[in-house]
Amino acid sequence: MNHYKSASEQLAQLQSGETTSVELVQQHLGRIEAVDGNVNAFLEVCSDSALQQAEEIDRQRAAGEKVGRLAGIPIAIKDNICVEGWKASCASKMLENFTSVYDSHVIEKLKAAGAVLVGRTNLDEFAMGSSCENSAFQQTNNPWDLERAPGGSSGGSAAAVAAGMVPLALGSDTGGSIRQPASFCGVVGMKPTYGRVSRYGLVAFASSLDQIGPFARNVADAALLLESVWGHDRRDSTSVDVPTSSLSDQLEEPLKGLKIGIVPEHFSNGLDDEVRDKTEQAIESYRSQGATIQEVELPYAKYGVAAYYIIAPSEASSNLSRYDGIHYGHRASSDGNMSLADLYEASRGEGFGPEVKRRIMLGAYALSSGYYDAYYLKALKVRRLIAEDYQKAFQDVDVILSPTSPTPAFKLGELVDDPLKMYLNDIYTIGANLAGIPGISISAGQTASGLPVGVQLLAPAFEEAKLFRAARMYESANSESRLTPAM
Amino acid sequence: MTLSTEDVQKVAKLARLKLTPDEVEQFAGQLGHILGYVEMLNEVDTDNVQPMAHAADVTNVFRSDEVQASLPRETALENAPKTDGKYFLVPQILEGS
Repeated sequence: MNHYKSASEQLAQLQSGETTSVELVQQHLGRIEAVDGNVNAFLEVCSDSALQQAEEIDRQRAAGEKVGRLAGIPIAIKDNICVEGWKASCASKMLENFTSVYDSHVIEKLKAAGAVLVGRTNLDEFAMGSSCENSAFQQTNNPWDLERAPGGSSGGSAAAVAAGMVPLALGSDTGGSIRQPASFCGVVGMKPTYGRVSRYGLVAFASSLDQIGPFARNVADAALLLESVWGHDRRDSTSVDVPTSSLSDQLEEPLKGLKIGIVPEHFSNGLDDEVRDKTEQAIESYRSQGATIQEVELPYAKYGVAAYYIIAPSEASSNLSRYDGIHYGHRASSDGNMSLADLYEASRGEGFGPEVKRRIMLGAYALSSGYYDAYYLKALKVRRLIAEDYQKAFQDVDVILSPTSPTPAFKLGELVDDPLKMYLNDIYTIGANLAGIPGISISAGQTASGLPVGVQLLAPAFEEAKLFRAARMYESANSESRLTPAM
Repeated sequence: MTLSTEDVQKVAKLARLKLTPDEVEQFAGQLGHILGYVEMLNEVDTDNVQPMAHAADVTNVFRSDEVQASLPRETALENAPKTDGKYFLVPQILEGS
């Protein structure tokens, strides 16, 4: 069975001629066929175009042509990333019939690297949510326990990788939307430094926070995927022109004298006991490898969720004003008496789901006259204090370790009626988005009932190489960190 | 923190969102609850703190002023809900024309 092999192992098989890309893609399509009826990770599987791409790669290999770093490897794409000729629905009725007319920067890069695009994965509508329950089309189930949430918003990508449907997937992370589902599904998920990966072609949610990042079943694969998609792009004016160093080359070198910061408050109220145990075991594992553990203070971290839920909805209310029923997206049926404003309101009222409306409303309120200073401006100031917290902490330590999420995967339906409780799921992940720093979630074992638990590492801006090496140190010493669900 | 249904309706108007009476009712409660939580930001002394609008330290990123190809008209209109092949069609906005 190839479906639980890593991308790196699959690449080796392709290079040695042991298998072909067509075989590999067929195996994964077969796996999707076998399990996705239960998991519902994919909104659409593009078998024909995937097999065509695979054939082309096989032909190039056979002819001895130079092929890209991911040549022949299947990958799934979160459905808020534009692929030319594919739908990009954002799991919203608003964009149900929208077809992308160009490739995102990351898709151009993936195509150049020879990756085989297998399909579009489910998400919370417009990437707003932590459970995939806000998708307008389907509920993705956690491969470890189908009655539980896969996390969100990139739950489809996380579940697809966890269940062996693809070795790699792309997601996007605005407040934890890659790392939290990675922890719920027992895979590796990584959010790069803000500006590392171009947002050109990523459907905007909160532009100062959104970043595209990799899902994989191990750290090396995540590094390989990030290296394949990052880099400067002039079409995204926040894409930073900072040199990228190889992540893969030094990955196996442990960091000598690694200093790990932990924040005492992270281990206090609200943290599930088993998640605490697993996090503490991870700390012990690092200690046994010679790392020093040091307490650091992030005094403003506790305001992260509050600041985020003003800033992200404010940006969303502005970004999503483009959906007016005129240029693209859902348009309400109109009669002769309908004014333009009526048409906007009806189209948006019909096209958006409840969580998206809630956030647009929250943002519009925070930005409205009389409240702007009290909410939006205040949140931006607190954001700076939160970012400065991290800068100070990183003067003393190399990385900060915490749980990724306060609990393992929760039951579907458990939090849907309590938006605020759902938002508090992001308590450990949100700071990285506010501060713009990179973070990774790696598997740190399972609970007694068999649910994966993730541990998060954060590093200073642009220190991805350090982050990946630190993550790999844990993984190499803990074989149980590579988990596969029984399905 | 409570939000009245009138507050919700006013914001919905600003956001150009048509809400059902049930949604108005529901949002009044939920948004009030969330804004109540957010009020903890008032504990923080932010005098002399500059607002941070962006994580990346880049300003005034300009491209050179060169003419470049953009989406062809038919491609730009491909996803339009209503078009005559040349323009996006909207309801009449001027009276008597």
